Amino acid sequence: MERYYQPEIETASREQIKAWQDERLVAQVRHVWDNVPYYREKMQAAGVTPDDIRSADDLHKLPFLSKDDLRKAYPYGLVGVPLKDCVRIQSTSGTTGKRVVAFYTQADIDLWETCCARAITAAGGTDEDVCQVSYGYGLFTGGPGLNGGSHKVGCLTVPTSSGNTERQIMFIRDLNATILCCTPSYAAYLGESMKEMGLTPEQIPLKAGIFGAEAWSEEMRQSIQDTLGIKAYDIYGLTELSGPGVAFECSAQSGMHINEDHFIAEVIDPDTGEVLPDGTQGELVFTSITKKAFPLIRYRTRDICVLSREKCPCGRTHVKMTKPRGRTDDMLIIRGVNVFPSQIETVLLNLGYPANYQIIVGRVNNTDTLDVRVEMTPEMFTDNLGEISRRQKELVDGLRSMLGLTAKVTLVAPKSIVRSEGKAVRVIDNRKI
Amino acid sequence: MIQQISVFVENRPGALQAMTAVLAENGIDMRAFSLAETSDFGIARIIVNDVYKTTTVLRDAGFVHNVTQVLGVALSDTPGGLDKVLRVLAAADVNVEYLYAFFGGRKGRDAYTIFRVADNAKAAAALAAQGIRQVEQDELLDL
Repeated sequence: MERYYQPEIETASREQIKAWQDERLVAQVRHVWDNVPYYREKMQAAGVTPDDIRSADDLHKLPFLSKDDLRKAYPYGLVGVPLKDCVRIQSTSGTTGKRVVAFYTQADIDLWETCCARAITAAGGTDEDVCQVSYGYGLFTGGPGLNGGSHKVGCLTVPTSSGNTERQIMFIRDLNATILCCTPSYAAYLGESMKEMGLTPEQIPLKAGIFGAEAWSEEMRQSIQDTLGIKAYDIYGLTELSGPGVAFECSAQSGMHINEDHFIAEVIDPDTGEVLPDGTQGELVFTSITKKAFPLIRYRTRDICVLSREKCPCGRTHVKMTKPRGRTDDMLIIRGVNVFPSQIETVLLNLGYPANYQIIVGRVNNTDTLDVRVEMTPEMFTDNLGEISRRQKELVDGLRSMLGLTAKVTLVAPKSIVRSEGKAVRVIDNRKI
Repeated sequence: MIQQISVFVENRPGALQAMTAVLAENGIDMRAFSLAETSDFGIARIIVNDVYKTTTVLRDAGFVHNVTQVLGVALSDTPGGLDKVLRVLAAADVNVEYLYAFFGGRKGRDAYTIFRVADNAKAAAALAAQGIRQVEQDELLDL
């Protein structure tokens, strides 16, 4: 039997959902107009006032908000309440000006955790469960979000955070953890490690996993489910919008229900900005209609996906989104970490390399690999192998401190990096997602 | 002292041949050759008859390279020949970074060895003091 955390909301009629969205959007637009000069100026420039927004049908009249806006308004420019009412920030992993800092009131945290609680319940979680949260805790939203959701559901929460695989496995076994929350690649890694220890799926107490923060394929889902003997559920979110739980998978495992009582989703043509009908692939745009500290109006996620309002066998009525099929810009998500080619470029330039490089992302044993190919130059070349190795290591260290990831650095011959139309092909993503 | 050309080559099939093709097309005569490799690249070290021409054609073909001063030592092609030279360098406290030999000069019983050492001048003086003959660039042409 399907479980719901808030059945009256999750299975509400479409009319009811629309009524909530109408009322909340109107109030939210008034809120940002009154409290966030940045929004007021954007709306004025677009010739819109709060009086023009009478229901969710008027959403398309409002201007889009981009990551660029977030950068311009950093850090306090989009905050909608006095700072004394804010109780927390969370932040993305980005650097070089791409960092996003999101603010929360206590009510904002509450609604975020409620969304996570819905996800855990949809994965079968109850107060009888032991929920191990192996997402990172701290600025990253993964740990805090699922931790809060787990509390709300009443699970016995095991806040292991990420890393220390041996300890993770010890807790899963000793405390009989039944739900695991982490990135899919880490789940796969834990699965492989337990397999190597000779554990069969029957000997692993886990029954469900909630995996997100990076792209993963159906093949990977299948393999994780088989190794751990669980059902694996996808979860979606963005720090800008609160964190994980903006959308989550149900027992149907065929797309993620967007929490429409808190977020209005649109899919647009990324080139024209035109709103596309359900079932059409386009860029996902979100409007948060309940969050007060960091309200986002028509925020362009750059995630490409398809929305579906077809009846879901789970009984939930909220719209479903497919897994994001790619990004409209060049950001890569590698092992759950946001990576921009520009960050890699910065490291190269700092160490005296030219910006002739190529990023090759792959996936080996369900873990993302990052290979940075750098062109050797006459200036950098020396007859001394040890010296070249030292510089290679310096580059690896530089990339690690910039990205928080270990990359393999390969030195290649000058001009060997493929250029098309005079422009180097910077990123090759070989992951089959 | 001998001028050695070191060339960066990728560690993949055909990479080295791309370099030798350039040398062949330009009639470059190699007198000695050595290849040092790591997992993803190698350094080809060559001693040639015409350093200027070789560096020019390599540069035009887009090969990263540089020129280093190395010692060319003529040692007796008999057991203990190399040991004798290394003994001298050890006594002079000169570190050898690498060396490679090319045997079979066209005449005589000498073997020729290229030494890359930490201190060329000190090594050269020590070898000369022990009567060990060194080879100069132009001499290579006649070997």
